[in-house]
Amino acid sequence: MEIKVKAKVIDQEGLQRTISRLALEIVERNHGVANIAIVGVRTRGAFIAERVVKRIQETEKHKVPFGILDITLYRDDFRKRLRQPLVQVTDIPFEINDIHVILVDDVLFTGRTSRAALDALMDFGRPSSIQLAVLVDRGHRELPIHADYIGKAIPTSIGEEVQVRLMETDGEDCVLLVEAPKEVN
Amino acid sequence: MPLQQKHLLGLEGVSAEDISLILDTATTFREILDRPIPKVPTLRGLTVVNLFYEASTRTRISFELAEKRLSADSVNFTTSTSSVKKGETLKDTIRNIEAMKIDMVVVRHQAAGVPRFLTQCVDAAIINAGDGMHEHPTQALLDMFTLREKFAKLQGLRVAIIGDISHSRVAGSNIRGLKAMGAEVMLCGPKTLIPRDVEKFGVQVTYDVEDAIAWADVLNVLRIQLERQEAGLFPTLREYHAEFGITQQRLERAKKDITIMHPGPINRGVELDADVADAEYSVILNQVTNGVAVRMAVLYLLSGNEESVS
Repeated sequence: MEIKVKAKVIDQEGLQRTISRLALEIVERNHGVANIAIVGVRTRGAFIAERVVKRIQETEKHKVPFGILDITLYRDDFRKRLRQPLVQVTDIPFEINDIHVILVDDVLFTGRTSRAALDALMDFGRPSSIQLAVLVDRGHRELPIHADYIGKAIPTSIGEEVQVRLMETDGEDCVLLVEAPKEVN
Repeated sequence: MPLQQKHLLGLEGVSAEDISLILDTATTFREILDRPIPKVPTLRGLTVVNLFYEASTRTRISFELAEKRLSADSVNFTTSTSSVKKGETLKDTIRNIEAMKIDMVVVRHQAAGVPRFLTQCVDAAIINAGDGMHEHPTQALLDMFTLREKFAKLQGLRVAIIGDISHSRVAGSNIRGLKAMGAEVMLCGPKTLIPRDVEKFGVQVTYDVEDAIAWADVLNVLRIQLERQEAGLFPTLREYHAEFGITQQRLERAKKDITIMHPGPINRGVELDADVADAEYSVILNQVTNGVAVRMAVLYLLSGNEESVS
């Protein structure tokens, strides 16, 4: 299917800088990295989280616990979707009790994914706090959820879509504003 | 790719892709069982009936736990406390239960073919939890899951199934599943307990348990049903043990690592010696734990894809 690209909102260098800034903000807000962990939401959130962790460890010279969350089983549209999503493994190899967990996702839109991620995370324990970091906030929230760290706020119309493309999954680093593909069903 | 089945009646005709999908999904669910709160909200609002016409501990508890871990509502039906005692037919029972708005039925019955018959009576998805001497697909799936966990792949793995092959639905499903996944299968037992036309499944047959041990990476030891002895299919339990029992001695003679499986319940000292059942190379209790994850995967995959199948 042909996707119409309207604009390249962040290019490769911009993406690196944005991730670096997110990393710095996370360290600053938490007064260091002693009591934090980074958890990325599959699929692209996990890769962004991994880069943030790498950046933090470079500057702080301190290991930061890193986990991956698959939220498929917590989605609220699970029974409504036509295609059943493939469930992947959640991997949080540390206790999340009494630490500050920074949840990382690529795009914040309706807030429903974040809601599902919060629920999923809570099943692992009781963190001191959960903070939300996103690469792009495109607006149109349907739930009372806001991000603590925002890479770039991009005002969009509902007929548009934000595509985060990453080296790990798509072979390039950039963020595109595209025309939303028409619903097939 | 979603599952290409609406029901799970058996592993006959189920593709390697579908089996892999179930096993991959089960890997995810296996992780959930180790969480502080081992429960996800995925199947909220879905109702499952466990229809057990035949005694069962492991399978029923395993399905019930799987349903609860996925937040489905479950109802249990056992013949001893139901209207079956008053003479209600199977078809009436199932249609009455469906009238109470249920989405899935897990069924065990002493007659082969009952799960398929139920698919013609109701719209709900049917999962076979063992029908007569036909199939017990979730047992074979959990056996394969356990083997994949230990050996990483099933392709080329040598699995010997030992015991009463003729009357075993566990063997029925395991042979089909293992063959589909590219494993090699050998059957071993008394001549009276091995079906005559079994070569059509592409398996090897031996009547000497030492041959099977020498050949295999894995022994899946079946339960000897005591009523078979009364039917005269083998002389005594003692003789069965002497001829086919898996003992420490026999395993030591083979001079190699071997993995022991058993679908339970074990007759200790008959098909399997107690020290073998409890040895570190036995994965019998792993099978039980994995059973919950595999059944969660089956419930999950059959719950969400009505549109994609029809």
